Order: sequence, then structure tokens, then C-alpha cells
Amino acid sequence: MSDARANILARLRAAPRSPLPDRPDWTPPAFGESRLERFRAMLGSVHGEVVETTLAAWPGLLRTLLAERGVRRVLYGPAADVGAQLGRAWTADGDAPTLVPYDRPIEALKAELVHSVEAGVTSVRWGIAETGSLVLWPDAAEPRLMSLLPPLHVAVMAASVLYDSLAQLVAEQGWAGGMPTNALLISGPSKTADIEQTLAYGVHGPKDLLVLVLADQ
Amino acid sequence: MGAEPRAAVGNDFTVRAPQALNDPTLRANFRRAMDGLMSKRAAQFADKPAWDSLRARGAAAKARVLAQLPALLERLEDKCRANGITVHWAETIPEANAIVLEILQKAGARTVIKGKSMVSEEMELNHHLAAHGIQAVESDLGEYIIQLAGEAPSHIVMPCIHKNKAEIARLFAERIPGLGYTEDVDALTAAARAELRGRFAAADAGISGVNFAVAETGTLVLVENEGNGRLSTTLPPLHIALMGIEKLVESLEDLPPLLALLPRSATGQHITTYVNMITHPRRAGELDGPEEVHLVLLDSGRSRVYGDDQLRDTLRCIRCGACMNHCPVYSRVGGHTYKFVYPGPIGKILTPQLEGLDCAGDQPHASTLCNACVEVCPVKIPIADILVRLREESVRPGGGDAVKGGGARRSALETLSWRAWMLIYSRPWAGRLAAWGMTRFGNLLPERLPLLKAWTSVRTKPRFAAKSLHELAREQGYCDE
Amino acid sequence: MAQPATDVRLQSKPERVYYFGTCVIDLFYPGAGLAGMELLRREGVQVVFPPDQGCCGQPARNSGYMDEARAVALRQMAAFPNDWPIVVPSGSCAGMMKTHYPDLFKGRPEYERAVAFSARVHELTAFLVNVLRIKLEDKGPPVTVTWHGSCHSMREMGVVDEPKSLLRQLANVTLVENPREKECCGFGGTFSVRQPEISAAMVTDKIAALEETGAARVVSGDCGCLMNIGGALEKAGKSMRPQHIAEFLLERGHGR
Repeated sequence: MSDARANILARLRAAPRSPLPDRPDWTPPAFGESRLERFRAMLGSVHGEVVETTLAAWPGLLRTLLAERGVRRVLYGPAADVGAQLGRAWTADGDAPTLVPYDRPIEALKAELVHSVEAGVTSVRWGIAETGSLVLWPDAAEPRLMSLLPPLHVAVMAASVLYDSLAQLVAEQGWAGGMPTNALLISGPSKTADIEQTLAYGVHGPKDLLVLVLADQ
Repeated sequence: MGAEPRAAVGNDFTVRAPQALNDPTLRANFRRAMDGLMSKRAAQFADKPAWDSLRARGAAAKARVLAQLPALLERLEDKCRANGITVHWAETIPEANAIVLEILQKAGARTVIKGKSMVSEEMELNHHLAAHGIQAVESDLGEYIIQLAGEAPSHIVMPCIHKNKAEIARLFAERIPGLGYTEDVDALTAAARAELRGRFAAADAGISGVNFAVAETGTLVLVENEGNGRLSTTLPPLHIALMGIEKLVESLEDLPPLLALLPRSATGQHITTYVNMITHPRRAGELDGPEEVHLVLLDSGRSRVYGDDQLRDTLRCIRCGACMNHCPVYSRVGGHTYKFVYPGPIGKILTPQLEGLDCAGDQPHASTLCNACVEVCPVKIPIADILVRLREESVRPGGGDAVKGGGARRSALETLSWRAWMLIYSRPWAGRLAAWGMTRFGNLLPERLPLLKAWTSVRTKPRFAAKSLHELAREQGYCDE
Repeated sequence: MAQPATDVRLQSKPERVYYFGTCVIDLFYPGAGLAGMELLRREGVQVVFPPDQGCCGQPARNSGYMDEARAVALRQMAAFPNDWPIVVPSGSCAGMMKTHYPDLFKGRPEYERAVAFSARVHELTAFLVNVLRIKLEDKGPPVTVTWHGSCHSMREMGVVDEPKSLLRQLANVTLVENPREKECCGFGGTFSVRQPEISAAMVTDKIAALEETGAARVVSGDCGCLMNIGGALEKAGKSMRPQHIAEFLLERGHGR
């Protein structure tokens, strides 16, 4: 197929050149002090739930919130900070939901993940106020499917990682210097409007998204 | 399963349009949907100066891609290779299908789960795979619905927008075992989820499209709401991404403005639920994600479009569908009338260029040039000017080589008519004579004349004035300097 | 699309203007053409109607017959030799002359002339409002009207609010806006012949939307649209009357 490559590139190179325009000024919005408020409002507008808590209190709070929802099997990443905190807080507690560790390749966990777990708990690398988005860079400690397969995604985010816009985040964090295997923006639970423009949640991914914002972090 | 191959049906837009117009359910479905989409988009861009500057930035990002396309494709290829993504180039659709088949066969794949991909529709990939014993299941809810119905998408963003709830309820009751008739959207959605979960788990490979491929970092960006795109690109051990050679961005800094334009233009959402950026296959120590990622770059006529510096702007398209949502023709005849993969205004300029003016030459004429599409295009594609250019190419003497099938619609009668018109309006004496004649005798023209017959189906015959403005202006002294 | 510079010299009222009557007005609606000239004259501007003018060339251009369109465009450029503003009582023809003349001659010797010509082109209502700052008097009986903004007037000439602001100046006129104002009426020149069924569906929807406003008249700045909409209203036996805005404004000033 190397011919295809050469032929395509040759045709493109033979075409008349068009001028290279500059990138005109464009200023993405900034929210200053109201950043968290904006984040909460935007995420709320797409059916995401935001709860403010603290580093010390969140595992206990989550336990209560999950009990209210009747969630019994929770997927977590024991090697991640958030997973470790959850492990420490819940293992001593006999009534806490069962923690299912994501500690083996998906091939060994497929049935459990696809059909059984009811919630997945992940950290959040950054947040974006403009669009109410969570930014995840899944890794070995918190794999990609944790935020996708369980019907409830619980995301734990420090208040300090909130940026105004994706443009600001990409520039200030130097994304161009190195992208992870997978970078995700998540803005609300999975949804569809394919049937007569009627919104329905949880079509393939989580039906609910619960964001715990650690106000003291 | 799946739509019947395109080759089996006629391609004449003009013949199909009246059939669509006579289907009241179809017309109501489109009208309702398009009205909703237009008002949601308008709400997103209510701040005119913000829209102007964002749009200028987005248009420049895509113009920059076209200004440097061959170099950026090579950069993308280099970066992807370095990231562990295998890059394939296909000049034609058969080549692209052969590449995908070979990858799948090499992996021993029998079942494929698909995320939404218009390029795969162009390729009629599902048919091709089925012919080789590989089953491809669409997982986007809209695509799944039309695959069950054996139809083709009628909209590039909302593939089953032509169907209403009752039609989908009947289809599901028929095709999904154990599900009775229900119009409850949550129940219908849950039924599809349950059906497709097992398909995801069992799939040997996932196939997806690409919204933006970032040349700077070798990153494939996919936007979606359902999570099926993420599942298709994460759960199976093999991922094949398909993209047209134009769907690049130069660098990551171009992504935020385009991501701010795409979903707001498409569905009036400020962002899609998921923006999925893929840069590597599963790396050592990682617990999920495909072991292998392939990127297939499809030309299929695009490099020819690129060869003309006016027509080239067609390739800026980010596939938001706003042009069709705002098109008074599309909203009345629906997507299937266009027959090809890309309907609406973008289809009217892209299809004739990819398929040839001899084959889809009536599409550029299926427009009033009202410019509604031009007004909303987030990357400023001059759709109306390109429509006119294609009309010109379709009647160009000798055909020319700018567009496949150039000159195919040239007719002696039409050429003669425009010559006569030119004579009348480029020679003042001829114009005055013609006006004198029309004002005195024009009203005697019978309604059965072909042109008047079409006009008078719903309108009265235009009435010529007794005296032309030329005559009246002279009488009233307006002609003196 | 070339964006010719707008005529920045027109900070004050010009002494003289040219008037381009358009071919549709010439043959079918000369009254509307005269009314536009009368409105300009009433504002103290001398109006010159060059007898050698004809059609702007849009029908051929939109059908892809560029040589024919160019020949006709050149004839128009020759018919308006002096450096005066050219006022056009049609957004569509004005749009052709303003935005497409330069495109037609791109890369040709006449290009500079076309650009200079296009800079002088003004749509009538925009000229009345922005250049002449016209003040209207309303001597007519109370009437409810709705406005049809033509696609090219709105999207090629950027004329959206000017005509409505003129209607709002009239004390006894109630303007009811049509929620589908921005939707094309379906004429589109040869489109109506090539796609007669779609064109018919569009104008049928258009008159339904206009009727919903409850207005007695539909006023527009484009006689092409009026021919389409008016013809459909008449064929359907509706009482709503189509009228060009120039005629309507003049009539209100005369108290008819």
C-alpha cells in the first residue's frame, strides 16, 4: 500500500498552494472567583451531580450516598490515591459496599466489569469550569473503563485543579509536550437523544455521574 | 443486516424528492427535529461577537490544515508511528476495505463493534465485512436502530432522525427478543443497552471514526455522548480508526476552539458528554485499552477536491450537520433523498465532487442559494459559492478536469437559452425590444408552457405590466442626468 | 467570497444617485420601481435611471453560465459610468452586484472596475435608513403588516433591521414579525423549475407562516419573493396582499 501513500501525497503536493492564515485572536472565557460555581452549574445542566466535601470526610460521605442508592459493588483502583483512601476507610467497616479492585487486565475482569459492578470511583486530574468537564488521564492505577462500564461513576476532584477553559488547561499544563495513552473529558453521564430528540441517560456508559469536590484540596 | 448497497438504487435526487414530500410522517419528523436543533444552536451562539471570534478561529484552524495538508499528514503519520499506532493509506474505497479486512483477518476477528463513522458508511464497510464472514454491529443508538431496520443514515449526526418514537418502538418489538411494544424512551434505550453490552464484551475488534487527528501529537480525538465510542475503542483488543485525509488539526491549541464549535453547531450542546483522545495503544502495565491501534487514512477523491483552490474549502468540514439542520430543502425532503452518505448542503457540494457530476449532478441545483447554511457553518465553508461553481462545472464546454463528470449536464437548448438571454441584456436595444414585446404580449403565454406549468402548480401566473419601468422612468424624467 | 469595502464616502447625503430598477421590477412591478425613485427624490436626491440598464446577471451566474453572466454584468457596469451611489430596490440583485461581481471578474482585467462598481451598490431600504436617515410620515389608516426579509437581502447584503425600522416609523402600522422570517420562500430562480415540488412545498409553508401572523399585508424588499409569495397567496385564494416596501411607504405618506 506504499503506492497509495505516494500517490496521495503527490496529488496533494501538485495542487496550488493556498495561503497560510494566522490564528486570529480568540479569548476563551474566564470566570475568576465564580469558577466553581460555573463548574457546578454547567455540570448540573447535563445531569451531573456535584457535592462538596473534604479530604477527610469524602469516603464516609460516599458510603452514605451509595447506601441511599443501594449500591453494593464498587470498582476501585487500589494503587491510586483515591482508591487507597477508600480502601483504608472502608475495609474496617463491615457494612461498607464491597470493593472490587481493578488490579488485573480487563481480559480477566470482563464479566465482572461489564455486568456486575454498580459504581466506579476515580480521581479527576483537572476540571474545566466553562463546560463543566472532568479531565481524566486514566493510567495503570485507574484504567480507562473504570469511568465507563459501571452504571454510576463517582469522580473525586480537588477544588484546586479547576481551570477556566480547555484552552487554558492545554496551554498551562503543556499537553503538547506529551499526551497520555488516553485523555478524557467527561461532561455528565452517558446520554442519547437519538429517539425523537428525547434525552435518555445511561445508554452505554454510566447513567449517573457524582462528583465529589474536595473543597480543602 | 444493514442498508442495501447504494449501487442497487437510482441516484436521481429530482426523482426521489417528490416521493419524500408526499410522506407526511417523514416531513413532520424532520420539521420537528430541525426546528428543535435550530433553536438549540441559536441559544448557544446568542452572543454574536463571541460567535464571530470563535468561528474565525475555527475557520482559520481548518484553513491552516488545508494550507499545509501534505506536510501535516506526514507529521501525523510520524507521530502516530512513534506512539505505536499503525498508519495505513488508502487511495480508494476498495483499498480501504481491503486494509480493514486484512487487519481483522490477521487478528482472527469474527465480530466487530462499531462506533459511529461516516467514512465507514462511505466505504459500505459492513457489507464488505459481512461478505467475508465478519459481523459488524453498530453501537451508536441511532446507527443501531437503522441497522436493525436495514436502512442508511438520514443525517450525519443523528442517523435515525427520520424515524419517530412509534416507528422505533415497532422495530424494537419486532427485533429485540422479549421486548414488547413500548414508546417509553428510557425502556427502549435500556433494551438497546442490554443488547449491546454483550456485543461489546464479545467483540474481537472495535472500529471507529475520527473527529480530529492532531498532527502535533499523533492524537485521535473522538466526540460522542453515548459512551459507545469509548467502549468500541477501549474494550476490544483491536481498534481500527477510519478517517478522511482532511480531518486533521495542526496542533492541540486548535482543538479547544473546534471543540467549542462542533457540538454547539451540531446539537446545541455546549460540549459532548465524552471527548476521547487516543494517543497510544495499551502500554506496558496498563490494564485496558486495545493492544493494537490502526489508523486508516482514506482519500477516495479528496485529493482531487484539494486540487482546486476554490473547491478545496469543501474539505474544511467538521461534520457538525448544522448546514442540513438549517436547510429548507433538507428539512423537507430528508436525508435519504440525497441517497449518498452526506446529505444536505455539505452533501450537495461534496457528493458531486467525490462521485462525479455525471452521477450526482442534480444535487448542486437542489438549492435556492438562500445561504442559510453559509450563515451557520462554523468553519465558514462558502457552500453557496461552491454550489454555483459546481453548476458551472456541470455545464462547462468540453467538461474540463476540475471535477469528475464535468460538462455532463450541458444541453444545447439550455446553452442557447442563456445565449439569447445574454443578447437581450447585453444589448440595450434588444432589451428594450424584448421588454416592449413582453409587456404587450407576455400575458398571452399559455400556462401549459413547461416553465409556467411548474410555476402555476401552486401559484398564479406572473402578470406583465402594461409598460416597463424603462418606459415609465423615461416618461417621468428619471432618465435625464 | 470577496468582501468589497463599503462606501465610506457616504457620511452625508449625496446630490445624485443612480437607480438600478432590476429586470423583474422592469417587467412585472414597475410601480414598485417608481415608488423607490420617488422616495429618494422626496429626500432631495436627484435620481438617474440609465436607460441602458437591464438585468444584474444573477440568473445566468446562478445557473453556472459565467460567460453570459459576465457579458451582462459588463453591460451594467458600463451603464452606470459616473461615480455615484447605485441604489437597488432588491436585496437579491444588490447582493449579486455587491458580492458576486468581483468574484465573476477575479483574475481578469475588469476586476478592479468590478470592485469599484460593487462598492457603490446599496440596497434601497438600507440607503434610506443609513445614508438618507429618512423620517417617514404616516397618513394611512391602521393596518397590520408582516415583513418578509429576502435571503439575499439578509445574508448577502446584511440588511435585516433597516426595513423593519422603516415600518416601525409608521404610526398607524402594526408590524407582526413572522417566526419563520429567515426561512427561504422557495423561489430560488431556476430552482423553482428544476425542483418544482420542493419549491412548491416551501412557498406553501411560507404563506401558512405568513397567514399565522394575522397580517393584512406582507411587505418585502424583493419582488422575486413577492412574485412567488403573492402568486401562491392568490392561487390559494388568500386575502393577504403582497407589496414592495417602497410602494407601501409611499402609499402611507400619501394617506392611501
